[in-house]
Amino acid sequence: MPELSMIKALNDALDVMLARDPDVLIFGEDVGYFGGVFRVTDKLQEKHGATRCFDSPISEGGIVATAIGMSAYGLRPVVEIQFADYILPAYDQIVSEASRLRYRSNGEFIAPLTVRSPYGGGIYGGQTHSQSPEAIFAHVTGVKTVIPSTPYDAKGLLIAAIECNDPVIFLEPKRLYNGPFDGHHDRPTTSWAGHPAADVPEGHYAVPLGKASVAREGSEVTVLAYGTMVHVSAAAIEESGIDAELIDLRSIVPLDIDAITASVRKTGRCVVVHEASRYAGFGGELAALVQERCFYHLESPVERVAGWDTPYPHAFEWDYFPGPARVSAALKRCLETPA
Amino acid sequence: MKPRSRLALHVPAPSSRPGDKPDFSGLDIPEAGEIRRPPCDTAEAEMRDLPYALIRVLDDEGAPQGDWAPRLSPDVLRGGLRAMLLTRAFDERLFRIQRQGKTSFYMKSTGEEAIAVAASMALGAKDMCFPTYRFVGWLMARSHPLLPLVNQIFSNEKDPLKGRQLPILYSAREYGFYSLSGNVGSRFGHAVGWAMASAYKGDDKIAMGVIGEGTTAEGDFHEALTFASVYRAPVILAITNNQWAISSFSGIAGAEATTFAAKALAYGIPGLRVDGNDFLAVWAAIRWAAERARLNLGATLIEFFTYRAEGHSTSDDPAKYRPSEEAGAWPLGDPVERLKQHLIAQNEWDEARHEALIAELTEEVRAAVKEGERAGVLGQSKPSVKEMFENVFEEPDWRLIEQRREMGS
Ligand SMILES: Cc1ncc(C[n+]2csc(CCOP(=O)(O)OP(=O)(O)O)c2C)c(N)n1
Repeated sequence: MPELSMIKALNDALDVMLARDPDVLIFGEDVGYFGGVFRVTDKLQEKHGATRCFDSPISEGGIVATAIGMSAYGLRPVVEIQFADYILPAYDQIVSEASRLRYRSNGEFIAPLTVRSPYGGGIYGGQTHSQSPEAIFAHVTGVKTVIPSTPYDAKGLLIAAIECNDPVIFLEPKRLYNGPFDGHHDRPTTSWAGHPAADVPEGHYAVPLGKASVAREGSEVTVLAYGTMVHVSAAAIEESGIDAELIDLRSIVPLDIDAITASVRKTGRCVVVHEASRYAGFGGELAALVQERCFYHLESPVERVAGWDTPYPHAFEWDYFPGPARVSAALKRCLETPA
Repeated sequence: MKPRSRLALHVPAPSSRPGDKPDFSGLDIPEAGEIRRPPCDTAEAEMRDLPYALIRVLDDEGAPQGDWAPRLSPDVLRGGLRAMLLTRAFDERLFRIQRQGKTSFYMKSTGEEAIAVAASMALGAKDMCFPTYRFVGWLMARSHPLLPLVNQIFSNEKDPLKGRQLPILYSAREYGFYSLSGNVGSRFGHAVGWAMASAYKGDDKIAMGVIGEGTTAEGDFHEALTFASVYRAPVILAITNNQWAISSFSGIAGAEATTFAAKALAYGIPGLRVDGNDFLAVWAAIRWAAERARLNLGATLIEFFTYRAEGHSTSDDPAKYRPSEEAGAWPLGDPVERLKQHLIAQNEWDEARHEALIAELTEEVRAAVKEGERAGVLGQSKPSVKEMFENVFEEPDWRLIEQRREMGS
């Protein structure tokens, strides 16, 4: 199997879907000739033609609005929002239109579009190239939110998202584009080469939406994470010597509630980790669900590790970013609470 | 009627891509001085030719032509040249600083300096500019000290914005320069609101909003024009049409169909289209619109026609999406060279003084960068971590207080 970076794996997924389905088309800012600022759509215009992969005006609201119109017609548009920080001008289209079109028309019109967007921190991108907005989509019913953490999952989940008949927000952890990142920013960067999850099968395969994966089995505590935080949590588990079970949620809507409850019932403890700021973050929902469904199995309060409740500050990248030290500390607190 | 044919999706493409010869043959460029200058209190309905024209003052020999030529003293012109050269020297040095890994990001305004500099000089000290990231020339023209800019770029402990913002996204209220943000377009409406506030208060201040041609596609642009039109806001709404939005040519923003200045027509406000590489033309257009605004006659939309001579930012290589010789082939020349030529033609400048000025400004920039480096570059020095939690609200709430404690600051 070829070894691919996450960028190449995403590119491959798009290539496969363009070739398979004439109703798939791609547009967004700089995605055409240039192939996207992160190169995810590299060569797709050259290969599939200008009407299959093209540049759009700088209008996120317009991108999503026209994608909804196309998808209502029967196409499967895959649009790129250059940075998730810039998805907000499209928020009304996502919340009031894409997510409710099926419901309000009783299925007469549907919006099977995919909105891809690089998100997350760790690149010194400052306030507007670093945010993690997943919770504001999770809060809206009718739209799915998917976040891969490996090249293998990125390809399979993106294909599943494109084939899904509901709108999907597909958030790509940009710090993982070129290699796994465990939060140790002061160490040399690693590429995906040699990583088992960089073995990406050729051709079509789908990773189902709503199925978590167990990134590490363990018995003492359950860690719930997605995106970059899967790798950061894995490092923290390793370094703390705690036998934690690490669940990579892969999608937060739909959420694999069974995987979560099975694990927490087994371990009796839970730490929730995300990059996004803490207050009203998706971690709040996870903690509530665990409490509702596993209360009598819990031996300690659910811990949350998250970004601070400030905008993402440029100079303080590594003070803000919830790195392995913060995750380890939470794991330890969790275990120290007497049963 | 022709027989019905099947529909086909149109996707615009630029005249040339890497490997092609640059091709500007499609541009219709009038002679300097050719376009009429109506009095600034003329009714909009009488000026509907101007959005399709191109106001130019300096001819190929550097001589001012026509009604738009402003009468500016040689000292003012030399001040403009200095600010443009300083902008260029600053851009060049700080771009290299990023390449050396001393900061995360930088953006140049090379080739577009005349717009920010002439606007800054033509407007008053109390007017407020709502700039784009290619407007550092505004600050240079108002003698903003270089060191705080350098410290901001390094996000170091002396950074006036406390390390909270990406390099070059300055804020300088005292200099009439509104806080920048990374998202494009979102401050265009703020300029209109500021102008409405000035009118509401019965003041005489006006505002200037700036937006790239690519960003005119955002709703913010159209919303701002609607409000400016409805409330006759005393605002100058400027589009810097530098032909490229990262890798997308202006056709992706609608330039195949019409001009950007012509967007004014539907809002019933005057639209001017101006050679943005012509310092005198920029000055004249800004003054015209400012005077109109101060007469309480409302907003003007101005398209400054220019060319982004370098990459979009430190993050892209323009040779990947446009011919590398394109900048050199730009038919409206370089704004610095054109003003220099004008001053020399007037016997108010010469090559030796020009070279000496460049050397002086390069040294000024070098000294400021050295001093900034002494405070520390990105990653070596930063403001106190407690600054991360300040200014979220006027008073931090319990969350921020707890989190700050958890950070140990
Ligand atoms: C809302 C938003 N969408 C997208 C971006 C990404 N982006 C940054 S600059 C840019 C191009 C802007 O082009 P233009 O408005 O023509 O200005 P120029 O850079 O050419 O001066 C884009 C797409 C952004 N910063 N903000």
